[in-house]
Amino acid sequence: MNLAHYLGLLHKAEVDLAAAYRAIGEAHMDEPDVFYDCEKFAAQCDRHAERLQPFADRYGEEADDEPDRLHSELFTGTREGGLGLLRDLHDLYLMAAECDISWTLVGQAGQGARDTDLMEVVTGCEGETAMQMAWLRTRMKHAAPQALVVS
Amino acid sequence: MPTSRHAESPTATDRIEDPWGARTPYGPQHPSWPARVDTFLEDGIDASDVDRWVQSASILHSNGDALDIAVKDGRIVGVRGRAADRINRGRLGPKDLFGWQANNSPDRLTRPLVRDGDRLVEADWETAMGRVVDRSRELLDGPGGWGHFGFYTSGQLFLEEYYTLGVIGKAGIGTPHMDGNTRLCTATAAAALKASFGTDGQPSSYTDVDHCDAIALWGHNVAETQTVLWMRMLDRRRGPNPPAMVAVDPRATPVAREADVHLAVRNGTNQALMNGLIRELLVHGWIDERYVDEHTQGFEKLQQAVDAYPPERVAQICDVPAGQVRAAAEILGTCERLLSTVLQGFYQSNQATAASCQVNNIHLLRGMLGRPGAGIYQMNGQPTAQNTREAGADGDLPAMRNWDNDEHIRQLAELWNVEVDKIPHWAPPTHAMQIFRYAEQGSIKLLWISATNPAVSLPDLARIRRILERDDLFVVVQDLFLTETARFADVVLPAATWGEKLGTFTSVDRTIHISDKAVEPPGEARPDLDIFLDYARRMDFRDRDGGPLITWDDPESAFEAWKACSAGRPCDYTGVTYDRLRGGSGIQWPCNARHPDGAERLYTDGVFNTDPDYSETYGHDIPTGAAHTESEYRAKEPKGRAFLHAVDYEPSPEVPSDEHPLLLTTGRTVYHFHTRTKTGRAPQLDGAAPDVWVELAPDDARGLGIAEGDLVEVRSPRGMITARARVCGVRPGVVFVPFHYGYWDTPASTGPEGGAGRAVNEATVSGWDPVSKQPIFKVAAVAVRKVAGAAGGHAPAPTVGGAEPVGDAAVPRTSGGRAAMATSTVEEAS
Repeated sequence: MNLAHYLGLLHKAEVDLAAAYRAIGEAHMDEPDVFYDCEKFAAQCDRHAERLQPFADRYGEEADDEPDRLHSELFTGTREGGLGLLRDLHDLYLMAAECDISWTLVGQAGQGARDTDLMEVVTGCEGETAMQMAWLRTRMKHAAPQALVVS
Repeated sequence: MPTSRHAESPTATDRIEDPWGARTPYGPQHPSWPARVDTFLEDGIDASDVDRWVQSASILHSNGDALDIAVKDGRIVGVRGRAADRINRGRLGPKDLFGWQANNSPDRLTRPLVRDGDRLVEADWETAMGRVVDRSRELLDGPGGWGHFGFYTSGQLFLEEYYTLGVIGKAGIGTPHMDGNTRLCTATAAAALKASFGTDGQPSSYTDVDHCDAIALWGHNVAETQTVLWMRMLDRRRGPNPPAMVAVDPRATPVAREADVHLAVRNGTNQALMNGLIRELLVHGWIDERYVDEHTQGFEKLQQAVDAYPPERVAQICDVPAGQVRAAAEILGTCERLLSTVLQGFYQSNQATAASCQVNNIHLLRGMLGRPGAGIYQMNGQPTAQNTREAGADGDLPAMRNWDNDEHIRQLAELWNVEVDKIPHWAPPTHAMQIFRYAEQGSIKLLWISATNPAVSLPDLARIRRILERDDLFVVVQDLFLTETARFADVVLPAATWGEKLGTFTSVDRTIHISDKAVEPPGEARPDLDIFLDYARRMDFRDRDGGPLITWDDPESAFEAWKACSAGRPCDYTGVTYDRLRGGSGIQWPCNARHPDGAERLYTDGVFNTDPDYSETYGHDIPTGAAHTESEYRAKEPKGRAFLHAVDYEPSPEVPSDEHPLLLTTGRTVYHFHTRTKTGRAPQLDGAAPDVWVELAPDDARGLGIAEGDLVEVRSPRGMITARARVCGVRPGVVFVPFHYGYWDTPASTGPEGGAGRAVNEATVSGWDPVSKQPIFKVAAVAVRKVAGAAGGHAPAPTVGGAEPVGDAAVPRTSGGRAAMATSTVEEAS
């Protein structure tokens, strides 16, 4: 069963996203909404990763070694200024999208595996990830005209 | 209505010592609230000396009390309440009675000022406006020029002025960067009304006080902020069949002391309390199931969300007894006509929109809306804040249109005869704190501030001063006085004020009043409308056919233009004229063919403004503020039903720590308005509360070795102030400081300049509610320590209101003496 690979992928994506939220929030402390919301979302990602861990452990026993190339590198550090904020939020959006589609696929697999416990976790978390993406989208749409057109 | 009346002989009252005056008790069976005409005239002036009485309404709070301005020899010499008006039936509060004296203050600005190096020097209007227009043209020339402009206006101008400013910004310059200081005030009222009911618009009427059997005050110290509304509530409380009363406030305000149940919650926990109260309503079946089924959606999610908040958990989070939560819920759940009123204790706390929506939820669950006595006031703080919102001079589009609805933008483009793309609608208008952020980053290069004083009223003042000081920011300030903010300006434009100009404004309960011109403005000061019109002319803003963009030239023609904009929208003014507003009472919108005399209440049929084609918003995720899309909104198929929003409690961004163990909250006294620009110049009001103070609970004071009158330092991670201590009825763990006090009447004039701060916003947090973007003034972590002893003195705090001392400290009673004697004449129905 390859589900473990996707659980690992998702787990790592949530851990990475939490770290990126924290780094970007702190880099943009002069944007209080970004700072506070990134803190909040980082805590959500922590919880997601915690809730995934038992399933990753359980399915991991039945799996081959996790292929490294499943992971992607989307975030390499924070930037400054209006354009920098936009680019940082853009990175977060892509990282959240990685989580979002992974939740969908893990949810599908959970159905195939008839694993109601896993499906419950997916249901509890995927909505939060979707809302993180909606927030990032809202915030970027606000920021883009000023950052890209007004100099 | 009674067929005849007789007036009792007038009584004189010191309205500083007794801000609310004598009671005129009444009950729900009484035909109406008895009239009581309050009058205050300058010393030595008698009513028979007055040359003219000129119609207006109060401008120093949001209640909309109708009054006449007394004029003698071309000067304002006093005021008198209008008995015929539906709002106040002749009554006035202390700020109304005494505040007008600021108009006659010798330090009014009478000429424009322009910057010459580190000085501001007098100039003529040609020079001052020339500088503003030259800079504007320079910035507007080139792609993205619109993005260099920011407008930060007020809740104290007139409707006609806001509408004109809104059109200049949206269709002249084409910038979304326009907001009002209403962002620090009523933005959450608007956000909560939109979220629950589809559009802004206060649903209820002040006459609901006459009919209700329970009043719940949610973070609203109405006794000090809207004194006349409190008089109405007190008169009910002293009459037959008085309403029960529930108050939520961390301080022992007059409202809290009057209430049957006072929930002195820990700041920042409103949402937990509200979830707990709603849970109690559901557990006991105190809901109107038919109303919920027919007129709402979201019940199941709400039921799930509140299930985690039994009274014991609420007691733990909010630090109030579980029994009190139950007692409050029983009043809310078993009354037959519930009236709620909400203000800054909810709006300026964390989870502001969420908690305010829970008040709406209670009324929806119980079917308590749209009939006499069953109502909600999502309040305003400022006199004309309602108009800032309606006319689109803040983060809203004119006449409650939805920025995300292409048809609404097309309507505006057609009305103004401009290309659709001229009107910025890619996102909601930029909120105040973001405007200042863009200025901090240097992309906004011209900031035009009208009738507000951000150098005292915004959070984290050191940062605001750094922004206003920037060399690359051209600051225009339009005001009556050389405020703290004006001292940072490149150009200062002297404005005429209330009593010196003509216009209209609208109260919380949608009552429109006219305010006629009584006297000439001082020197070369000009009405704000004239300043905006002059700017539009000089900038030569054009419509798409080459005609002038602004087609009006005086208040009445501006009002007519606004009426066209309002047609068919919730705030429909089309049936109102200046002539109809003169004499008699104010008129409530909507006033149109369907409601020729106005409408007392909205949503009387339980049908809400949530239709996607009509609503002002497609909604938000309340916890994060993420915007929903049009398709997501349409998929909900609201069909005129209201939304029940369910939100979990979250602690505020800043909570007490070892280093900063106390919670700071800020607020108001009955004697002052905002940054004291006017009230600090009225001797009776200034004398009653002349300087800043800090309120401490007795146990906290004892623990810190602090007594009445000691000099105390209040320090947060951002800044520090010193103030004299008042030991009073604020809840343990919380300190309160009024936000009115700045620096204009200190030697430093703009800020602490190395000395101790006086403005509490030195210490407040830069952070805001995710939906309404209201800054969180009510929750900051601070450390408090004694700096010096009282030396036999006491805090410069009044003994009236929330600052009423407890314990045995000898504090002289606040009074105004002879100079504060106003007369009241009760008109008895016979």
